[in-house]
Amino acid sequence: MNVLVYLLPVALGLGLTGLAAFLWALKSGQYDDLDGAAVRILDDDDIRRP
Amino acid sequence: MSVAVAAPASKLRPVAPEVVPGVAGGIDFSSLVTVAEDGTHHLDLAVEGITCAACIGDIERGLAKLPGLDRARLNYTNRRLGVDWTAPGFDPAAVVARLAELGYRAHPFEASREEAIEAAQMRFLLRCLAVAGFAAMNIMLLSVSVWSGNVSDINDETRDLFHWLSALIALPAAAYAGQPFFRNAARAIRNRSMTMDVPISLGVTLALGMSLYETIHHAHHAYFDSAVMLLFFLLLGRVLDQVMRRKTRAVAGNLMALRGETATRIGADGTLHEVPVKAVRPGDRVLVRPGERIAVDGIVAEGLSELDASLVTGETAREPVGPGGRVYAGTVNLGGALTVTVTAAGQGTLLDEVNRLVAQAADARSRYLRLADRAARIYSPIVHVTALATAIGWMLAGASTHDAIITAIAVLIITCPCALALAVPATQVVASGALFRAGVLLQSADAIERMAACDTVVFDKTGTLTTPDPQVVNAGDVPTDLMELARRLALSSRHPLAMALARDALGRQPLDGVRETTGQGVAAVVDGVEARLGSPAFCDAQDVAQAALAGDSRSTVICVRHGERVSVLLMHQVLRRDAAEVVAALKARGLRLVILSGDRAGPVAEVAQALGIADARAGLDPAGKIAALERLADEGCRTLMVGDGLNDAPALAAAHASLSPVTAAHLAQASADGLFLGERLGPVADALAVSQRATRIMRENLAIAVVYNLIAVPLAMMGHVTPLIAAAAMSGSSIIVTVNALRARLPRGAAMSAPPAPAAIPGMARVTA
Repeated sequence: MNVLVYLLPVALGLGLTGLAAFLWALKSGQYDDLDGAAVRILDDDDIRRP
Repeated sequence: MSVAVAAPASKLRPVAPEVVPGVAGGIDFSSLVTVAEDGTHHLDLAVEGITCAACIGDIERGLAKLPGLDRARLNYTNRRLGVDWTAPGFDPAAVVARLAELGYRAHPFEASREEAIEAAQMRFLLRCLAVAGFAAMNIMLLSVSVWSGNVSDINDETRDLFHWLSALIALPAAAYAGQPFFRNAARAIRNRSMTMDVPISLGVTLALGMSLYETIHHAHHAYFDSAVMLLFFLLLGRVLDQVMRRKTRAVAGNLMALRGETATRIGADGTLHEVPVKAVRPGDRVLVRPGERIAVDGIVAEGLSELDASLVTGETAREPVGPGGRVYAGTVNLGGALTVTVTAAGQGTLLDEVNRLVAQAADARSRYLRLADRAARIYSPIVHVTALATAIGWMLAGASTHDAIITAIAVLIITCPCALALAVPATQVVASGALFRAGVLLQSADAIERMAACDTVVFDKTGTLTTPDPQVVNAGDVPTDLMELARRLALSSRHPLAMALARDALGRQPLDGVRETTGQGVAAVVDGVEARLGSPAFCDAQDVAQAALAGDSRSTVICVRHGERVSVLLMHQVLRRDAAEVVAALKARGLRLVILSGDRAGPVAEVAQALGIADARAGLDPAGKIAALERLADEGCRTLMVGDGLNDAPALAAAHASLSPVTAAHLAQASADGLFLGERLGPVADALAVSQRATRIMRENLAIAVVYNLIAVPLAMMGHVTPLIAAAAMSGSSIIVTVNALRARLPRGAAMSAPPAPAAIPGMARVTA
């Protein structure tokens, strides 16, 4: 059972990282425009049109 | 032939020389601009005409070239554009003008207070959901290990470690994520009322408390997972509910903003500024040009005119007004220019009366007890008595106090109103989504169940059964080519009559070189000959107009001239296209139909006869409408009021449930439970059908929850419930009621309202519910 000593912190740490990532995304407004985000990815804004 | 300002000897003197058609020329938006500390100016605009994803690039790239503008970002979900700039002297009207060139109509938008509050609530709910989700997942991970360990070879130290870890996650997580429920429960208890939040809070708290106690005493079972999972499921239901509500509100807000209501304010030095209506303060003086819709309430300071007050009072006859006379927002100025001193609400006669009646009626409605709360009232005492009986029963049977209390708490946990608390909101979310697609925007949460109970539909006449805008009634008498010309000319004007005329001109191109003489008409050269559309005087056709209007007090007249040929178009409000069909369908469903109108008896009887409604009452003032509704209520009828005028607002608030067309007066919209979009009446029939279906499903769901409890509670009373069974029963019942709720959508083809053209309604294009 010694394996638990590092498995438990790893599992909880991963979970907390996910939670922190979600809260950060929420705070930085990434959930404000879900439909827009879905289509913006298709926009070739790095290719300048003439 | 010169076209400009051919003002004949009449009161129709132009005030501003010319307005560029279709462009919000020179509107002063400064009152809606917010300035950040670092000097960045920000303005939000509602944008119309966004149909596809490519529009994002079009708009943002199109605006990037605008000098002085730093940033433009379009929110594709709610069709709003945020623009930022720091350059001094930048005029945000340039953004609107540029958007018009790109083919989009936009109008500044000020988020209402409710919207800001809801946005904050949404973020909070999402954070709670995230915390509960994280906790539920990790505790479940530990719990599954304990459950499988309990039947194999887990040792006591490991189990204790896992329970302590669960407690470490669950307690702070529940303290945070449970806040929405705890707060509501505390409020309910303070008000000595009962809502579903009370048993939820009690169940969660007891489950956590007992689990902590058991953990301290090295027991085999703890219920941390059940408590946190319960919170997660319930939060999910609330978040979905909130998402739907916000979407509805955003669309309603955009529609309101895109009405683009502006007023012409007269500055202290006599200069004219066109400003958004929200920027007008009481005491300001505004100029109302002939043909404009009056945007404010006030008292006439100067000028003589006639008003079309049909959208305010229901009265279709024109009403003369002079200095000292009262005018209301929503009336159309048909005659000469007026200077109006703006008054605050509450000083007036009609408005004061209407506001007072609305407040009274709204107060009465707030006593309505929702289905979910009624269920909670029955549910809570039964469950708590059962738990108490369980504890006493086990003690009498000789069990230890500890075992008796543990079993009693297990009863509380297993009955934890998961299914019960999801039964109503889940159905509501699906039903409001279905209504949203049918073009009905719900404003109050319990509107669905109140609408479902209605057995009488009360219609206002003007603007509800009839179209809000006048239509040409003598199209048959007008030569086809002149009619065609009139419609194309009308496309270039912002006059309400012209806009109504242009509504039938979809797909036609506006003419080139059209010049508008404000308040009089538009003119252009067509086939080398001058063409004009406008007032009889503008078209030099007073005699013809006079003859056409003889004996007709309802119609408004607009003339079209091409060279020497001239025609008179008579316009007044006609029945909505599908009114007869919808009325027949409602009748066939056994609903009682009534018309309560503020208009005179003649026009009301005409409409009632055309639609086959026997019970029609005319000439009612706001108090009269309420009295009529009360009489219906005394007869045992539950009324659905459908109305749009300012005079309908109290009746909308007093009826059991109410709907307004989106063209309605502000106060009427605010008093109604829901708004319906478009030119058709079909959404009203759909709203009734969907809400009846949804309420039936809500009841079914409550029944499912009861059956679930009938099975689970005896098991718990006998002491057979382990954490594993509690977790499985809870998620199982939640999933069943949620899946059942999905049936609240209308079956395909059952809708009376044609699906609204997505492009026509901002924010409607993609609806995911």
